[in-house]
Amino acid sequence: MAESTSVQKKRAGFKIRVEPRLEEPAAWYPLAVSLGAIVVALILGGILISFAGGDPLKSYQHIAKASFGDTGVLSDTIVKATPILLAALACSVAFRMKLWNIGAEGQFIMGAFGASAVVLAPLLAEDTPRWLFLTVMVLAAMAAGAIWGFIPGYLKAKFNVNEIISTLMMNYIAIAWINFWIFGVWSEGGFQMSPKFPNNAWLPRLLEYAKEYPALRGLTTHAGLLLGIVAAIILWIIVYRSRWGYEIRLIGDNPQAAKYAGINITSNVIYVMMLSGALAGLGGMSEVSGVVHRLQTAPIAAGYGFTGIIVAWLAKLNPLVIIVVSVLFGALILAGREIQPSGVPKMIQGIILVSLIASDFLLRYRIRIVRADAEE
Amino acid sequence: MDAIIILQAGVATGTVLLFATIGEIFAERSGVLNLGVEGMMLIGAMTAFSTTIATGNPWVGVLAAMFAAGLISQIHAFITITLQADQVVSGLALTFLGTGISLVLGEGLSKAGTVSLLPNFSIPLLSQIPFLGPILFTKQSVMVYIGYLLVPLTWYYINRTRPGLNLRSVGEYPSAADSLGISVFRLRYFYVFVGGMLAGLAGATISLAVAPGWFSELTTAGQGWIAVGLVIFAQWDPVRAMFGSYAFGALRRLILDIQGPTLLLGFDNPFYYNPYWGFFLQMLPYAFTVIVLVIGSREAMRKRLGAPAALGNPYVRGERGK
Repeated sequence: MAESTSVQKKRAGFKIRVEPRLEEPAAWYPLAVSLGAIVVALILGGILISFAGGDPLKSYQHIAKASFGDTGVLSDTIVKATPILLAALACSVAFRMKLWNIGAEGQFIMGAFGASAVVLAPLLAEDTPRWLFLTVMVLAAMAAGAIWGFIPGYLKAKFNVNEIISTLMMNYIAIAWINFWIFGVWSEGGFQMSPKFPNNAWLPRLLEYAKEYPALRGLTTHAGLLLGIVAAIILWIIVYRSRWGYEIRLIGDNPQAAKYAGINITSNVIYVMMLSGALAGLGGMSEVSGVVHRLQTAPIAAGYGFTGIIVAWLAKLNPLVIIVVSVLFGALILAGREIQPSGVPKMIQGIILVSLIASDFLLRYRIRIVRADAEE
Repeated sequence: MDAIIILQAGVATGTVLLFATIGEIFAERSGVLNLGVEGMMLIGAMTAFSTTIATGNPWVGVLAAMFAAGLISQIHAFITITLQADQVVSGLALTFLGTGISLVLGEGLSKAGTVSLLPNFSIPLLSQIPFLGPILFTKQSVMVYIGYLLVPLTWYYINRTRPGLNLRSVGEYPSAADSLGISVFRLRYFYVFVGGMLAGLAGATISLAVAPGWFSELTTAGQGWIAVGLVIFAQWDPVRAMFGSYAFGALRRLILDIQGPTLLLGFDNPFYYNPYWGFFLQMLPYAFTVIVLVIGSREAMRKRLGAPAALGNPYVRGERGK
C-alpha cells in the first residue's frame, strides 16, 4: 500500500518516501504545520511584493506596527476583526457540513440592510430606548441574513443546485439591492449613503466610558466584539456538545453514514444555511451599527465575508480558534489600507490560503528520508 | 434598442464567457473542479493588457495571458492532483490568489491610456446572410471568430477522438483508465492547464477586445463564476455552452440598452426616469445564473445525466473503487 502511493526520488543514496499516516499526529503538529504554512506564505508574498516594486520587510514591519503598536491601533485592529469574526463563524458552521457557503459576504450585506431598515424605514421611532433599538436591529439583521442563506439552502435541498455558485450570485444581488436603497430611496441629499443613524442605534463603544476610565479615550472598539465572542461560544457548544452539532459533523464527515443513521440531510442543509446566514447577518449589523453608523456600500461590502472563508479554514473550523485568527486578519486588513500597492493584503490572504491547503498534505502523509539500501 | 445590435453585442461579450466555460469543461471532464476561473481570468486580463502596453502587439498580450493563467492554474493542479487536497477550497484559494496578484501587478494600469487592440472585421459573403450575417459576421472581433471555431473543434475533440476518449475516461473512471496505461495524473495536469489557458484567453478578450482596459476586479465582475455555473447548465457540452454564453452576453447588453430610451413599450421608461431602478436590472445576470442552475440541475436529475463521475475526487493509486 505504502509503495503504491509514494512519490520516490533518488538522491545520493537516500530516498524521500511519502507514506500515509496511519495514526493521529501529535497535538502540537497541526499547529506547527499551520504556522509553517503562514511563514512560507509570508516569504512568497514578500517575493511578489518586491517583484511589484515594493519593499517586503518594510511592508511587514509596517503591518505589525500599524496594527499592534499601541492601544489605539490595537483597538482599531479589534474593530476590523469583529466583522471578520462573525463572517468566519458563519462560514465555519456551513463548511463543517461540507456545505460551501461562499455567500457570507452577501448575507453580511443583507444583515447590514436589515439593521438599517429598522432605523431608516423607519420601523422604530428615533427616541426608542437604546436597548430596544439595538435588540430589534440584531433580530432584523439575523432574519435578513437567514433569508439570504435560506434561498440557496432551499435550492440545494430541493433541486440539488450547486450552493457555491448560487451563494456567490446572491452576493452580487445583495450589493445591487443595497445600492438601490442607498442611491435611491435612502440617499442623503443625492449622496451615495444613507443619513446617519441616531445615537440610540449605535452599538456602545469603549470611548463612551472615557469619563470614568480615561484610558479608554478614543478607543472605538464596540459591543459587536461581545456579540462575536458570545456567538463563538454558543456556536462551539452547538457544534461540539449538542445533538444537532453531532448531526452536522456526521453529515460533513460521512453523509452516507448520516443517512443510514436516519439523519435528515435535506432539512439540515436548509437549517445550517439559515444559521450561517444569520451569523453573517449579525456581522453586518455589528459593522453598520458599531462602525459605519449609516448604510453605505463601500465599507459594508468590503470583502469581510470572503476573508471569513480563509479565517474559518485557518482555524480548522473551530469557533474559539476563529476568535484569535480573526484578530490576526484584522491586523492584516487594517495595516494593509496604507500599503502600496493596494492589492497586497488580498494577495497575501490568497497566498496564505493556498499554502494552508497545501500544508494539509503533511497532516495526512508523512515524509521520511531513508537510506536507499536500508530498505530492500 | 435594436434587436440585431443587442444580439451582435451579445455574441461579442458572450465570447468571454464561452472561452472560460469551455476551459472549465476541459478541466471538469478530466475530473478536476477548478473554481479559480475568476482569478485566472483576472490574471489573463491584467497580463494581456500590461504586455500589450509593453510590446505594442496585442497578440503577444493574448499569448502571455494564456501562458500566465495556465501557469497559475498549475498551483491548483499541484494542490489537488499531487497533494490530493479538497478541490473546492483550493479553487477558491486560486481565485483569491489570482485576484490579489492581478491587483498588485496591475496597480496603475487603469491610467495607462490607450493600447492597440485586437482587430474587428467583417467576413465577406457570410456577412451578407440576412439576419444572421449582421449578428454573427459583421464587424466582430477576431476573438468572436476564434470562438466560432473553438466550439465545433472542442466538441469533435472530446466526443470523436482518441485523446478525447482518454480525457473522458480519467474523469469518469480513473482507475480503469489507469489500468489501461493512461496516466491519470499527467492528463489531469494537462487539462487543468488547458482550462487555465482558456480562462486567460477569456480575460484577454475582455481587456483587449470586448471592454478594453483594466478596471481591477470590475474587469471581470463575476463572469468567471457565471462561467462555472454555465458549465453545469451546459451539462459539460461545448455546444450548449455556446448558446448559454451568447444568451448571457445578449442579456448584459440588453440591460445597458434598456436604460437609454425615454419610452419603453409605449410607457414612460421607469429606468430612465429613476436611474437607481437600474440596480434591479444589474441583478438579472446573477439571478439568471441561479435560474439556469435550477433548470440544469432538474434536467440532470430527470435524465439521470450528471457531472463526470470522478469530478471532485482526487485519484489515489491503489485505493479501491472509483
